[in-house]
Amino acid sequence: MSMLQITDLSVTFGGLHALKDLQFEVDEGEIVSVIGPNGAGKTTFFNMISGMVTPTAGDIVFEGESLLGLDPSQVTERGIARTFQNVRLFANMTILENVMVAQHCRTDQRVFGALFQTQAFKAEEDAIRKYGEEVLSFFGSRLVGYRLDQPASVLSYANRRRLEIARAMATRPRLLLLDEPVAGMNPRESAELTELIGRLRSEWGFTIVMIEHDMSVVRDVSDRVVVLDHGETIAQGPYSQVANDPKVIEAYLGRPVGSEQTDEEVRP
Amino acid sequence: MHLGGLRCNSTTVTLGTDVATTHDAKRISRVLWVDRFLTFIRLAFVVVIAVGLFAFIAQQIDPQNPLARWLNPDATGLTAPQFKGLLVTGLAQGAMYGLIALGYSMVYGVLGFINFAHGEVFMAGAMSGMITSNKLADAGLWEDAFLFCLAFVVITSILISTAVAVIMERIAYRPLRGAPRLIPLITSIGVSFFLQNVSVVLLGPGAKSYPSLPTWLSQKRSLLGFEIEGTKLVVLLTAAVSMAGLWFLVERTKTGKAMRAVAEDKEIAALMGIDVNRTIVTTFAVGGAMAGVAGILWGILFRSVIHTTGFLPGIKAFSAAVVGGIGNLGGAMAGGLSLGAAEATAPLVLLEPLGVDGVSQLRDAVAFAVLIFVLLVRPSGLFGERLSEDDRA
Amino acid sequence: MTATSENLSMVETPGVAWRKQIRFALIGALSSAFIALAGMPVGLDGRSIIQPVLSMGFLSLLWVPFVLATIAGSEVVLEGMTARTRDSKDLLAGGIVGLGSAGGLVLLMVLIQNFNLRDPLVNWSPQLLNLLSFNRSLAVGGLLWVLLGLILGVFGGAMHVLPKKLCSRIRTVVLSVFAVSVLETFLTDLLEGFRLEVLTDFVYYKRGGLEVGGALLVAALALLIPLLVGTRIRDVKKQVVDLPAEERKRVNLILLAVSAALLLVLPFFLGKIANELLANVGLFVLLALGLNVVVGLAGILDLGYVAFFAVGGYTTAVLTSPNSPGFSPELPWPIALIVVVVLTGIVGLFIGAPVIRMRGDYLAIVTLGFGEIIRLLFLSDWLSGWFGGAQGITNIPGVDVGIGTVKGTDPRSVFLLVLVFCAIAIYVSWRLENSRLGRAWMAIREDEDVAEAMGVNTTNTKLMAFVVGAVLASFSGAIFSAKVGSIFPTSFLMLVSIIILVVVIVGGMGNIAGVIVGALVLIGVLGGPKQPGLLQEFSQFKLLIYGALLVWMMLKRPEGLVPNVRRTRELHQDEFLQDAWLKGEIDTGDQEELS
Repeated sequence: MSMLQITDLSVTFGGLHALKDLQFEVDEGEIVSVIGPNGAGKTTFFNMISGMVTPTAGDIVFEGESLLGLDPSQVTERGIARTFQNVRLFANMTILENVMVAQHCRTDQRVFGALFQTQAFKAEEDAIRKYGEEVLSFFGSRLVGYRLDQPASVLSYANRRRLEIARAMATRPRLLLLDEPVAGMNPRESAELTELIGRLRSEWGFTIVMIEHDMSVVRDVSDRVVVLDHGETIAQGPYSQVANDPKVIEAYLGRPVGSEQTDEEVRP
Repeated sequence: MHLGGLRCNSTTVTLGTDVATTHDAKRISRVLWVDRFLTFIRLAFVVVIAVGLFAFIAQQIDPQNPLARWLNPDATGLTAPQFKGLLVTGLAQGAMYGLIALGYSMVYGVLGFINFAHGEVFMAGAMSGMITSNKLADAGLWEDAFLFCLAFVVITSILISTAVAVIMERIAYRPLRGAPRLIPLITSIGVSFFLQNVSVVLLGPGAKSYPSLPTWLSQKRSLLGFEIEGTKLVVLLTAAVSMAGLWFLVERTKTGKAMRAVAEDKEIAALMGIDVNRTIVTTFAVGGAMAGVAGILWGILFRSVIHTTGFLPGIKAFSAAVVGGIGNLGGAMAGGLSLGAAEATAPLVLLEPLGVDGVSQLRDAVAFAVLIFVLLVRPSGLFGERLSEDDRA
Repeated sequence: MTATSENLSMVETPGVAWRKQIRFALIGALSSAFIALAGMPVGLDGRSIIQPVLSMGFLSLLWVPFVLATIAGSEVVLEGMTARTRDSKDLLAGGIVGLGSAGGLVLLMVLIQNFNLRDPLVNWSPQLLNLLSFNRSLAVGGLLWVLLGLILGVFGGAMHVLPKKLCSRIRTVVLSVFAVSVLETFLTDLLEGFRLEVLTDFVYYKRGGLEVGGALLVAALALLIPLLVGTRIRDVKKQVVDLPAEERKRVNLILLAVSAALLLVLPFFLGKIANELLANVGLFVLLALGLNVVVGLAGILDLGYVAFFAVGGYTTAVLTSPNSPGFSPELPWPIALIVVVVLTGIVGLFIGAPVIRMRGDYLAIVTLGFGEIIRLLFLSDWLSGWFGGAQGITNIPGVDVGIGTVKGTDPRSVFLLVLVFCAIAIYVSWRLENSRLGRAWMAIREDEDVAEAMGVNTTNTKLMAFVVGAVLASFSGAIFSAKVGSIFPTSFLMLVSIIILVVVIVGGMGNIAGVIVGALVLIGVLGGPKQPGLLQEFSQFKLLIYGALLVWMMLKRPEGLVPNVRRTRELHQDEFLQDAWLKGEIDTGDQEELS
């Protein structure tokens, strides 16, 4: 049975179909890219999985359990973490606090522990801190060099994206949803991140669904590509197959163009 | 359901449990205790209303009947004229709340924050009306040329209120555009507090009264089976005329179009060549003018004004705006009328039969309870809100 | 890149903005006239600062030209710009603002003389004209004011021309003299405790205010002390900062212990008035710390905070007073306190649950509504069988602590009790801020949706903020009712919520030290809603000042007097983002692409 199974998922915003009868599934250990022109409903799709938007019809089943009606925090607790397209860090909390607070649903110390500084409280704080540092060290020299007690707002743009991924990792998910992880990065940085995404699977064992516009990243890292347009799946399969699908090219370019290679970044 | 950050129209969000699913996946209890508690509160509200109404109706049918005497053995019930009187009083006050509510609603629609100090704009109108009418009375004009005087008083108080609203926007709110959400709200609380106390230090802390009205105005007239005091009739008529004028301004003029555009999206409106600052100032000015009119209506209804005059009506007017759906101008007026009517009748209709003593002391509490009830049951108001997506967050 | 930044740094800020000066001159005219009509000069004349030269009444007018000229002269230096050198034009600009302010007063004097303004504007007394004209003719008085305004305005402009160091010295001296004068009651009381009446007699005039000699002494000290020990303090501070973390912690602990001991001993050297004052401040520190958790940490604007104070006070009254009209178990205070804490916590849940999902601004109004509903219920005839309605509950006994009873007639004991609870509240806020719960609060304050998406149960977390805030307020309520001995609904007006909010904001949201400083400065100096502060003469103006302060703080210094680094950044995000962007340019990570 697949890890995430989505059946007949639809949502309408005031008469507009943002998503229509979407079928989607992810197996454990896969890296799946979701691509599509702007406004295709990709982010809505993520919002729906993470519980921020409730679908009008359909079901989302994660590891045999329906996610419908769960709050976003409960979805995260089940093991799905996400990043945001327009990086949304806790800008005035420190870098370390950002990854510490993400472990909220994996910890359970309450007022009593904090007030009386119980052994359990101290142990948990240490564990949170250690795990946070471990997650941050995954990005190697990139995030080191900053003192971890600096506020997140001092980070450069690319590093904010990295920290956002680190924060999602800190929730100890099984499925990671990355919303345009390399947007705004230069080619070198995105190549580096592409490699890291591969390692997220091989070293950390995450299953990954990613929205991405950068076709080189999509090509290099994904097992499977799903193309959305106007809220519907128009193609699905390995990159090489999807990239040459006339329907996909039409969706991006608006007219059929021979067998042109869409190797570069396609961005309207 | 969720109020935060959803890119969706609140009317189309359905609860997860409404969705028919055939999947036989295991389902766990997803109802938080808070939700249960909220359901309980909603039910409690409904039960109180139902029982109160039931007992009231029983009382009206026969005061001696055991249901009527169940909770309150001393209850006497209301006669039809009493009830009509309460209703008219409530509606007249409600019309005034509605006029103030327009200012809240417009500013919320355009800037997305509650201008807490709008109640003080209303107070400024009532105060300046008091000053000018007393001056006119001293000059002996009030009795002789009442209508002329009234027009003069209304115009000055509109001018003063508009000026207060516009200056307030310029000094306190414009520098804060784009600041975190709570900052302008806290500022407006400060402005409100400041203006109240400006009134205290300039005009003194005591209540001040309007000169008495000519008898032809205040005498009762019967209309459609209601005995209405002339003053209340004036209030209702003025509110209707102002409302019509505002509707024309917003829906039929270029300024109104600009206001709606700015409410929808400030940046895009600016790109379309609309002067956003000027439109926002206009919004404040129009809201201020409405509050000025309401101030005079307050003077006519109660003939007494004090520095705290703006506080409670302000909060109630805001409640009215919420009840009608914030950003929705017709809704604000309708909300005002319903809140006024509820506030005037509910204590005697719902609470008295329940055996609550001294119900008239609880009028204000009832007004707040209405606000809480509406927000619990229909956070977007009875007639739907009209806000841009950013402001929904 | 480098070329552009060099070009940028060549840009000087433009010269004096004359239109701005004119605008400020008008503002000055209006403010002076307003202050005079509000009755401040006469009302505050009784409080002298330096006998017989300067009184609060005159100061209420004199600060206007100086401060406005200083503000009008300040210029924003954008990133990459250099400030221009200031010259005599800036003095002239200051002079214009000063003249404007004086002009407003002169105009007012003429108006007062020729028209009857007292019909609607009742608050100024006929003495105003005498005071303004220095008991001479209108012309002489007007001329004097024009001169004064001009001098003060030029002086205000000069604050930008004179060397920075000199300016800060002047500021220290002026503020010290003012502070010593304001603190008169307190210092007299304290010095008496140390048997140093000689000093007080020298510095202070018998009937209030500094002696001229005393003022000179204070000024001299304010000049000399920074010169003598200024650098040494900085050295010591630097040494401490340079210490390894372990030892620094120890130094901090020792400092903490010493100051705690000093605070505990302090009440025994203070007289009744000072102790009473500090006890009131303490009650507000408790309230403000609680509201700080709700507003400062979790970012929830609760305007009905006074409800918890009221519930705390009333529950204590009902449980301990023999005069409680309904239920009267006459429990001892400590046991009652446990009930109070539990009950207020529950009330916190009850009020919190319905509002917790609402938008921030709806929440503010609805909590305000709850605050009013609770007060109206305590006031109502309906529940007067329990809470006494408008008559309240009287005869509340003090707190029996074995060695004595803490009650209002003995402010020293009240202050000690308040100190203990403040310590508890500070500890609780501090520990919670640095815990899982505190981090979750901050995350919600920063971005509620993302916090939720990162696994924070926002509903429960926000409710916890309500409950913690409520419990801290209930401490204050419990002590308040034992201290005053009787309790009435009028003590719990919505005004109290606003004043607590002002304390939190003036001190600095989300900052424990700031909140304490805020309470000391505002409640200590100006006074609480009903409690007098050091400047008793201000009582009729203090609410006006609170309102003005709230607006001014929000506009100019939203981070508060004692800024918390985090909040500062959030509130000045625009400037900061620009800064971060510039830094991002030189960030090593991004520079590789250029190579």
